[in-house]
Amino acid sequence: MPWTHLFAAGPAQPASTPSDAGRQLTYRQALLEAQRQALAADAAVVVMGEGVDDAAGSFGTTLGLQEQFGADRVFDLPLAENGCMGLALGAALAGLRPIVVHLRADFLLLALDQLANHAAKWRYMFHARQTAPLVVRCVVGRGWGSAAQHSQPLHGVLMQFPGLKVALPATPHDAKGLLLAAIADAGPVVLLEHRWLYDDLGPVPEAVYGVPLGRAAVRRKGKDVTIAAVSLMVREALAAAEILTRTGVSAEVLDLRTVAPMDTAALVASVAKTGRLVLADTGHLRGGWAAEAAAVAAEQCLSCLKAPVARVGLPDAPTPASPVLEAAYYPGPEAIVQAVEQVVRS
Amino acid sequence: MTEAPALDDIRRLLRCMLRIRRFEERVAARYPEQQMRTPVHLCIGQEAVAAGVCLALGQEDVVCSTHRSHGHYLAKGGSMPALAAELYGRSTGCASGRGGSMHVIDVAAGVAGTSAIVGGGIPLAVGMALAFALRREPRVAVAFLGDGAADEGVFFESLGLASLRRLPVLFVIENNGFATASPLANRRRCPELHRLAEPHGIPGEGLDGNDALAVLDAARRAVDRARRGEGPTVLEAVTCRWKGHVGPQPDTARPAAELAAWMARCPIAQLCQRLPEGTSGELAAMEQAVAEEIDDAFAVALASPYPDPATLLDEVW
Ligand SMILES: Cc1ncc(C[n+]2csc(CCOP(=O)(O)OP(=O)(O)O)c2C)c(N)n1
Repeated sequence: MPWTHLFAAGPAQPASTPSDAGRQLTYRQALLEAQRQALAADAAVVVMGEGVDDAAGSFGTTLGLQEQFGADRVFDLPLAENGCMGLALGAALAGLRPIVVHLRADFLLLALDQLANHAAKWRYMFHARQTAPLVVRCVVGRGWGSAAQHSQPLHGVLMQFPGLKVALPATPHDAKGLLLAAIADAGPVVLLEHRWLYDDLGPVPEAVYGVPLGRAAVRRKGKDVTIAAVSLMVREALAAAEILTRTGVSAEVLDLRTVAPMDTAALVASVAKTGRLVLADTGHLRGGWAAEAAAVAAEQCLSCLKAPVARVGLPDAPTPASPVLEAAYYPGPEAIVQAVEQVVRS
Repeated sequence: MTEAPALDDIRRLLRCMLRIRRFEERVAARYPEQQMRTPVHLCIGQEAVAAGVCLALGQEDVVCSTHRSHGHYLAKGGSMPALAAELYGRSTGCASGRGGSMHVIDVAAGVAGTSAIVGGGIPLAVGMALAFALRREPRVAVAFLGDGAADEGVFFESLGLASLRRLPVLFVIENNGFATASPLANRRRCPELHRLAEPHGIPGEGLDGNDALAVLDAARRAVDRARRGEGPTVLEAVTCRWKGHVGPQPDTARPAAELAAWMARCPIAQLCQRLPEGTSGELAAMEQAVAEEIDDAFAVALASPYPDPATLLDEVW
């Protein structure tokens, strides 16, 4: 399959070619470009989901794809999430490389049977006699009263299913690269795209490139504390690191990029250097990604830690609607700064 | 209908539809102020369905609504000030500001908590009907759903459960032809949604959803059947939403000429024509009373405090 081969042995992050070194795209444009290139490169790639062909084009990330590639390859689906996930899985088993789009991650819960009981297990259960090269793109909502059923990040839940890869791109570069890598992967891969990142602008090479699943990136070097983060919290962590320079604290910011599999080596290496760890998660703290990362630190580098690990994430409550409650619910850079100060002081 | 409709029914339907229409027009007008920080799915154009069905119900009956809930809530007797306060995220809101527009509730009025997961409320209505049946209470549950929700597997599972146990439940499909911007034809081959009842042995009826009297008549027959222990009914009310899927702007998904044709068949204007001669003064008085009620509801809402952030973790466990 041409698409698979493209990355099977490809470089981790090919340097941008000189001609497009300064090229900037938004996160949403990067997602659109990745799908356009994938559709062009491999006839097996199809894009499906509620509204992928409408005028809003999945928040602009599927705009024009049906016009360019036709309704056989880019098409609308009924509101039948579990059936549609099974449809995509079946198509993947039969040789297609489907990309399923959900405008909110919350709707994925209706498809969890086909995704978790079936897709996630297929490759292992049949010892790779069939694989499920399936990509599920989900948008994570936040704000404007999105409320309890339109804002759940869900990676903490999804990372509990062995076999299911879970990626959370935090930059336009990674939005394209992780999506392309996911399409090329034997799958299944869930991409959780934070809605608040959609307008972020950043360098995105025009070339086809993959960001390997399971590899973290150091976003800022530092020596006093490691702030390990995912998704929108990477941006918040960078803002926190900037604030911390005022008090002379040098924070390293590590973007995990995928939580399943997780780049534990990068986490441990950074903590070994800084001796302190703050985890910043877009998800719930209890039993979530940050809990797993803290456990990894406790298991693998406890002796490097000069202070207890601190976690910043969502409290133990569903998302409330009122703006006042939303403000109390979501931690931002200030919460990260506080956590760092506590860790650095102790 | 064979008999002439009762004047009292016409008046009550009109008043109900006007309350919904004018309330939502007020929401649309004030939305740009950015103080209602909640996604609003307006039902302007579809008021006859909520009004007709809810007039056939008693206070002890319950409705399960959707993301497009304001009409069902008001028609069933939900408190208007509490709805306005909920949209403004205030502590006096019907869900204390925790739910917003997509999660309204008024238990005393028979408005069950509302799910914004498409199809999520359908089995809840069936479950409430089960409780009524097991306790031998003569109460009825209504699941309002859109044509989009009729795509969902849980709708079929719910039909099966309701028919199996002959439960006192009405499935009211508001077929406005679109799920967000996706037309029905993108989503299914057979457009007659009431026929989905057939394989379950449930009576299904297609209706002009802009004719409040037709909806009322069908709903009364279905409610009677349910109360007699004869089981569920599916009603498909074909109608049109005038506003966009979400937000206060006009709809753009539907071809403009088609939207204009539907607007010419305004459910309120059509019912006004059924008022006897010489009652125009009555209509003006009704409009006046509704406007005052809405003024008051918004004033109360805007004067209410926001929830105390210290309550953030209350009622989790
Ligand atoms: C399970 C699920 N899938 C998708 C959505 C996103 N969504 C919200 S409303 C809607 C359209 C629903 O259409 P319909 O049931 O016909 O109701 P209408 O909006 O027309 O009142 C969609 C797709 C959702 N809320 N829940």
